[in-house]
Amino acid sequence: MSELDNTILLDISDGLAVLTLNRPDRLNSFTAEMHKELKAALKKITPEQGVRCLVITGAGRGFCAGQDLNERAETKGSTLDLSASLEKNYNPIIRKITQLEVPVLCAVNGVAAGAGSSIALACDIVFAARSASFIQAFCKIGLIPDAGGTWLLTHKLGRARALGLSLLGDKLPAEKAEQWGLIWKCVDDDKLLKEVLAVGKHLATQPTKGLSLIKRAIGASFTNSLSEQLDLERDLQGVAGETSDFQEGVAAFLDKRNPTFTGN
Amino acid sequence: MTYKDIQVTTDGGVVHIKLTREESLNALRNLTLKEISDALRLTEQSDTEKCVVISGSESVFAAGADIQEMQKLSPVSSLQNIRADYWKTIRQFPKPLLASVNGYALGAGCELMMHCDIVLVGDNARIGQPEINLGIIPGAGGTQRLVRAVGKSLAMKMILSGEHISAEKAVESGLAIELCPKEVTLKRTLQIAYNITKKSSLALKLAKEAVLNAFESPLEQGLEHERRAFSILTASTDREEGINAFIEKRSPNYI
Repeated sequence: MSELDNTILLDISDGLAVLTLNRPDRLNSFTAEMHKELKAALKKITPEQGVRCLVITGAGRGFCAGQDLNERAETKGSTLDLSASLEKNYNPIIRKITQLEVPVLCAVNGVAAGAGSSIALACDIVFAARSASFIQAFCKIGLIPDAGGTWLLTHKLGRARALGLSLLGDKLPAEKAEQWGLIWKCVDDDKLLKEVLAVGKHLATQPTKGLSLIKRAIGASFTNSLSEQLDLERDLQGVAGETSDFQEGVAAFLDKRNPTFTGN
Repeated sequence: MTYKDIQVTTDGGVVHIKLTREESLNALRNLTLKEISDALRLTEQSDTEKCVVISGSESVFAAGADIQEMQKLSPVSSLQNIRADYWKTIRQFPKPLLASVNGYALGAGCELMMHCDIVLVGDNARIGQPEINLGIIPGAGGTQRLVRAVGKSLAMKMILSGEHISAEKAVESGLAIELCPKEVTLKRTLQIAYNITKKSSLALKLAKEAVLNAFESPLEQGLEHERRAFSILTASTDREEGINAFIEKRSPNYI
């Protein structure tokens, strides 16, 4: 089934890749080994390699508890270079996920804490189990939300809620996360994976190139002015207009049939 | 002429040189440089080809020189290296030269890019002079052109640390003029090239010469050079046509 062992499972079929964080006994918290495997797995997520949608989820009762603090404890007494760890491990993951040229769904099956929360929130469409929660526990150990945490929370929630969550470190239950617009949808625990996989299978049949252009345009909107965004839309729509999926979409509409997209 | 490492297409007066060794990330081996300089020589002689666009693929421009070839160099063979002649052809090419840069433009790739008169970058561009990582330094003008393009501090940082810069940084620092979505870079570059083809060949040649001369001479001499070039053009039929067309509110037809 999986192409990689141990801490990351990757299953690809019919254009849908399911990536499972797999250290369930440690709430899927990150170790150096897991970073390496995740990096290798994400390299396989390209339309050229036949992947047209990615689902990220966690094994066991948690989604991801962020950094495995046991690994940090090994260097107790000496100071740690946390910047280097972010630069080398977490930041490339967040950049990679947001730049993947396929839609990325997240099935947050349980607690998503620290960098684990950031990884979930960096995905394009986030579903969470009703029992799941998001926690920015950094403030309790003298750190700041990282792996994009301060950006993702602020852009999705606004200043007041981002500061409240980050300074207090309170648990944000999935239902409230949905009400606040932090995630797309809260789903009953036993239906979560089924629903996310159904959406994933659907997206894997859609105009992949077009979807990736939508993702890019919306991603760029946070830093662009309206005028710059109009220019970008003009350019990306030009690209979209040259895809064969666009032709197929129009042809199918005129023929009153269901389109068959190739992703190109 | 048939080429192995590049593909040359001509359309509407624009010659497009595409590097096609994507499996080697378009590393600029001797043959690639030779073919580029051959193509430029032919273009130089042509009356109808007015400007050149150099590009890689959508994902890579050119990631350096060929390391295997470089490994064989001795001080003597390096001094006599034929590559210097190819670079000379490229830098002395008198017609407008544009670069469409997506993905890596590293080492010799960055230097090729900097030989071009107008550079556009895709949002996936990564630009650098990483020679220092191999215990060497840029060898095709990198130390000279980069500092002229972006100033001392950034040039030093790139050349001494080997760190790449992003497409945004390239535009911000003046190394490139426009940032495009990667799918659009080539199209946009070609568009600018087509605009250039509508101009007077003679004026283009003298304009390029005058701008490049700014790096070679003190201001007074540069101004003198410009004045002479300007004055020469007063005798050209293109200038007559250009001014007449402007007065008659029509597009000029240059010879």
